[in-house]
Amino acid sequence: MTTQTPPPEALEPEPAAGRAPGWQRFVTGSSAPIGLILVGLILVFSLLEYENFVSVSNGRNITTDAAVLLVLAVGSTFVIVTAGIDLSVGSVLVFSGVVAAKAMEAVGGESVGTLLVGFAAALASGLAWGTLNGFLIAKAKIPALIVTLGTLGMALGAALLITGGVDQRDVPFKLVETVGSGRLFGELPYLVLIAFAVALAGGVVLAATRFGRYTYAIGSNEEGARRAGVAVDRHLIKVYALAGTLAGLAGFLSLARFATTTLGGHSTDNLQAIAAIVIGGTSLFGGIGTMLGTVFGVFIPAVLQNGFVIVGLQPFWQQVAVGAVLIVAVYLDQLRRRSSYQR
Amino acid sequence: MVSEPTGAPLLEARGIVKSFGKVRALRGADFEVRPQEVVALVGDNGAGKSTLVKTLAGVHPTDGGEILFEGSPVTIRSPLDARALGIETVYQDLALAAELDPASNLFLGREIMRSGPLGRLGFLDKRAMRRQSDEAFERLSVAIQDVDLPVATMSGGQRQGIAVSRAVMWASKVVFMDEPTAALGVVQTRNVLDLIARVKDHGLSVVLISHNMPEVLEVADRIEVLRLGERVAQFRRGDVTMEDIVGAMTGALQQGGGA
Repeated sequence: MTTQTPPPEALEPEPAAGRAPGWQRFVTGSSAPIGLILVGLILVFSLLEYENFVSVSNGRNITTDAAVLLVLAVGSTFVIVTAGIDLSVGSVLVFSGVVAAKAMEAVGGESVGTLLVGFAAALASGLAWGTLNGFLIAKAKIPALIVTLGTLGMALGAALLITGGVDQRDVPFKLVETVGSGRLFGELPYLVLIAFAVALAGGVVLAATRFGRYTYAIGSNEEGARRAGVAVDRHLIKVYALAGTLAGLAGFLSLARFATTTLGGHSTDNLQAIAAIVIGGTSLFGGIGTMLGTVFGVFIPAVLQNGFVIVGLQPFWQQVAVGAVLIVAVYLDQLRRRSSYQR
Repeated sequence: MVSEPTGAPLLEARGIVKSFGKVRALRGADFEVRPQEVVALVGDNGAGKSTLVKTLAGVHPTDGGEILFEGSPVTIRSPLDARALGIETVYQDLALAAELDPASNLFLGREIMRSGPLGRLGFLDKRAMRRQSDEAFERLSVAIQDVDLPVATMSGGQRQGIAVSRAVMWASKVVFMDEPTAALGVVQTRNVLDLIARVKDHGLSVVLISHNMPEVLEVADRIEVLRLGERVAQFRRGDVTMEDIVGAMTGALQQGGGA
């Protein structure tokens, strides 16, 4: 598998107009420029370190490292397109992983049934936190930043209470061996396949369904959507519930990959997801964004991280570079907002 | 000068009361529209025009009073209720989703779904919506150069045209327009006024809120004047001067009949 699967058509919401001037499309929401940056990065690292960077195993490394974050980012893309934010995803991931581990421990054994119980427990945990977020945001009208900051602490605290603060390493080996490190045909990691399937499904839902349309409409003009008869509150609850459920799935995948609950390992997942989404061209002000952009946005930091290590730079440079890319991405977003509202 | 209503009203509001906290925006306001009629609703700032329209459009449920539609009492507590009666509104802020394209705005909340199982899964029929919105723009002569661009990139006149097209597309009885020309230039204002005439020709009634008296005298069949949350005068076009209207708006002129 290469570092980047060819993006399916369906991930791109609207086909480009073809009539708008090129510079305008460049600035108004197409994910093409970000894709070019990603390709450029891959080219640069390929030229610098062809033998180490361009290999099946390295491609597998990069995609596997990015898989869990991609699942989180897919859910958060929906949230950010509604002009919301979800800071709790990393904590919900940890909580869901803990609940899944405990559930599988309680059932015991290595059977498929045990794994399914863990899977269901992780999704249900994520769904519960996400629904709570959505309810507080849509019905109680508490700002999303505050609600999800609150549940960030609550979910992580609850996970630490359940485990007593000690990582649970008793994860069924069967899970680790299949979902965690197994490969289809010995080549394609299941983890990566799952993440891309989630991104593809998320992209189709966002671009082609009524659910996606309402997500954009609410982010664009919440009051307008309400007046047009869209059940805005109910839709927001669904969007946060979806983000929570995907965080639950990510928790299960993380558990499978690391064979431990990684209690302390996800404190910046939320910010990484938000950065990836924004780099991918989704506007924090809502109404604009594509899943394809999010996929690019997840892989830019992943490629940088991997490339810097291979080239022999200190990997800390990755954080510096990603920070800079993030600022530039938001600056571009503001430019395009300004240019479109000037008339 | 006093015009007694002729023909049964299509939509009639009686004694509508609406308060926001301590502010009494409507204090027993009356209002009526007859079929295929353009009524101008005028009044000074704060007279309650927008509030009255929003109560009839279901944005603000009323605190008191009665609404009759085709002679029978109705309750309008949400935009969906108003919509079910065939009433659509062009809000002053247009209520468009700026990041969506015109077709998406026209069909917002009323999307056409794909037929078959894909439709049941929630997939949109974008092509059908695009085609029908092109037809709607065509019908009302709304010129949109590039229907794939977000509404945010379009001019004020085009946005107004999109909002009006949306209302006309879905209204079967009445279209409310809250200051549709307030933000427009001369040519664009002309277009909207022509649009109002075309909407009437399509068999709909139009309720127009406006501050622009020449405009009102040009397009309205009747004029109703609100002052301090009550209807204070009704005029018929032809037997009214601008001075009469302004006099009623400011309270300088009292009118006995009407309500």
